[in-house]
Amino acid sequence: MMIRSRMSKAKRIAGALAASACLIAPAWAQGWEPTKPVTLIIPAGTGGGADQMARFVQGIIQKHSLMKQPLIVINKAGGAGAEGFLEMKANASDPHKIAITLSNLFTTPLGTGSPFNWKDMKPVAMLALDQFVLWVNSDTPYKTAKEYIEAVKAGTDRQFKMGGTGSKQEDQIVTAAIERQTGGKKFTYVPYSGGGTVAVQLVGKHVDSTVNNPIEAVGQWRAGQLRPLCIFDAKRSTYTAKVTEKESWSDIPTCKESGLPVEYQMLRGIFTTKNATPAQVNFYVDLFKKVMATPDWQEFMEKGAFNQTFMSGADYEKWVTSAEAHHAGLMKEAGFLATQ
Amino acid sequence: MDELNALMGGFAVALSAYHIMLMVIGITLGVIIGVLPGLGGANGVAILLPLTFSMPPTSAIILLSSIYWGALFGGAITSILFNIPGEPWSVATTFDGHPMAQNGKADEALVGAFTSSFVGAIFAVCLITFLAPVVAKFALKFGPAEFFAVQFLTFASFIGMGRGSAFKTVASMCLGFALASVGLDGMTGTLRMTFGQDELLNGFKFLVAVIGLFGVGEILCSMEDGLKFNGATAKLRMDAVIRTWKQLPRMWLTFLRSCIVGCWMGITPGGATPASFMGYGIAKRLSKNGSNFGKGELEGVVAPETAAHAAGTSALLPMLTLGIPGSPTAAVLLGGLLIWGLQPGPLLFVEQPDFVWGLIASMYLGNVVGLIMVLTCVPLFAAILRVPFSIIAPAIVFICAVGAFTVNNAMFDVWMMLVFGVLGYLFNKLRYPLPPMVLALVLGDQAESSFRQAMLVSQGDVSVFWSNWLCGGIMTLGVVMAFWPALQMLRAKLAGNGAIARVA
Repeated sequence: MMIRSRMSKAKRIAGALAASACLIAPAWAQGWEPTKPVTLIIPAGTGGGADQMARFVQGIIQKHSLMKQPLIVINKAGGAGAEGFLEMKANASDPHKIAITLSNLFTTPLGTGSPFNWKDMKPVAMLALDQFVLWVNSDTPYKTAKEYIEAVKAGTDRQFKMGGTGSKQEDQIVTAAIERQTGGKKFTYVPYSGGGTVAVQLVGKHVDSTVNNPIEAVGQWRAGQLRPLCIFDAKRSTYTAKVTEKESWSDIPTCKESGLPVEYQMLRGIFTTKNATPAQVNFYVDLFKKVMATPDWQEFMEKGAFNQTFMSGADYEKWVTSAEAHHAGLMKEAGFLATQ
Repeated sequence: MDELNALMGGFAVALSAYHIMLMVIGITLGVIIGVLPGLGGANGVAILLPLTFSMPPTSAIILLSSIYWGALFGGAITSILFNIPGEPWSVATTFDGHPMAQNGKADEALVGAFTSSFVGAIFAVCLITFLAPVVAKFALKFGPAEFFAVQFLTFASFIGMGRGSAFKTVASMCLGFALASVGLDGMTGTLRMTFGQDELLNGFKFLVAVIGLFGVGEILCSMEDGLKFNGATAKLRMDAVIRTWKQLPRMWLTFLRSCIVGCWMGITPGGATPASFMGYGIAKRLSKNGSNFGKGELEGVVAPETAAHAAGTSALLPMLTLGIPGSPTAAVLLGGLLIWGLQPGPLLFVEQPDFVWGLIASMYLGNVVGLIMVLTCVPLFAAILRVPFSIIAPAIVFICAVGAFTVNNAMFDVWMMLVFGVLGYLFNKLRYPLPPMVLALVLGDQAESSFRQAMLVSQGDVSVFWSNWLCGGIMTLGVVMAFWPALQMLRAKLAGNGAIARVA
């Protein structure tokens, strides 16, 4: 009954919508519910992709009154996110903690030797997959990924500079994967503190290329300062609305079709603490299904050209397991593993 | 004069009763956030961000930016009264602000700080209004080498600035560098000096150190001096504003210098904290009263406050035009823009003129409203000093502990704060200067990253720092500043020798 009264409050904004969301989750009322505020831990700093998504989720939950208890968002970015994950591990029996992940779920324990693994948490749901795009400055002559890779091959070793976020994290892993296709020529990888800075450094020509997420560089793309060469996904983006005057996200070819067989996507997923019961996990799965049913979420997805794949339960766990193996393979090959 | 027309349009948007009300609420909240150490502007804005999702973007940004102005104003209050910087950028305000309070001039220091904050902000807003496109292009010139040059200049302008020996300054700075390097090394992605302790993953956070070194350290010193605040007996006079304003016009050059330094640091983006340090350093070096700095000189409050506020305001420019945050608070606001459905970047000015000009107009109005609000409260703030020490000291320690906890939500930081408090006391007793250490803690890891990024780009060639006029000029200036005390000493020695030779 409580749910109803909550919904009537939100009716002005999204009554119909919340009702439809409720249909997806008929079992909600009989399951577990949080008895105190829920903490959403972001294992990254303020302003980044995970932070934006987490605060957006918080906003949606609040705006549509999707949960009785408040959701508190906390950044625990220390040690490339290890701080946040270790907190989840230490509170294994507190189901009022959830975490949003980025690739550091895999890369941080592998790269720094921090004592945790995703198995120290309980997978809830995959919200989306974040894309990576190969960008160059639009003043450069490279129109396709093939042309750019040819130029790298023809240049001297380490002549081309790749800007990225963090060290031994996703951007550098993608860079290492590209280097397998450049005939032994390496990039000089320059790590910066945030994706926005990386995009601006490319506009200022302090680096030659980046593998920014779409949302980090879309502003510069629309202003004609940056040019996307290819997207590191198996198939093209499904968003066909025009982003610039002429192009949409779906016009960016995949890297594979432009002769650069590299695929990489980043998990934006939710985990809760290890000892959570199935009823507790289900509560969060339903909560995020409702979040994802809102038009706000759809808009956010399109703006950031996210790959909208939802998974939960066994599928999700399987995906995470294979992603971990994938990262371990890539990082081992690139020599990024902690020497422990 | 397109800008003027657009700005007038912006005023039309911002000047509604609803928006003025939002400004008043925002500034009040901001001042409270600014006063509480640890709960910085960035945290405050992040906490309140979700509340704004159902508002129109313009109203939301007016509320949030008002919180930001309030925090910029509020940071000065505790710095002056209790030597506890409420915000990182008010550390430099303590250098002269607190001695002024001890001399019984707390009200003048507060009025000076608020007024100069206002001047700095208005200067920066004018810059944003008329020069946004040009300035945005300038920011693009900054690569790793240029960033390092700026950071180097900040450090260099500090060496030999302290009252004591230059060696003590360097020693204090080196300790700061060592503390700053704990945690994750962003360049190689490996952990440094954590000794397997999970608590050290996060490194030593600047705010925790500052709360301990200044706040707790100061309380320890006061306890030794006899459990009372110096200057508490000064009479409360209501004419503080007029009294202080009379003194300000002759400091016009300091205002101008700090405005320029502040805008430059905000845009590049160095941020308000280095700007305040640099503003103070330059004023001390160039002002006629420079030798009195640190003993309670009004000019020593004006210089860092003007620079900090100019930087804090102009930091919004790269956020709006380039999509890069010039400060942590700007980073959170940037996230907000995306959530409200606005795409920061070069096209924001073209596509969302109502929003951008509404925001700029609210910067003018927000600062005017803020100044009036804080100035009327000056006697109230100054009266806090009249509360007996034995009542207020425990309250301060309590607030400091809460603040240290808030930084990372970690109990470990509260213990660290106490350790830093003892360290601050020892530094005070041994006459080692604290500011260089604090500066190294703030800027140390950034400077290290920039240096190593530049080295990666140039393949280890140091001449990259002199590869163009911009970076080379700043570096050369930095080198001159760094060796200035040595040169002066040498000159004095030579002159001395000459005199002796003549006598002989």
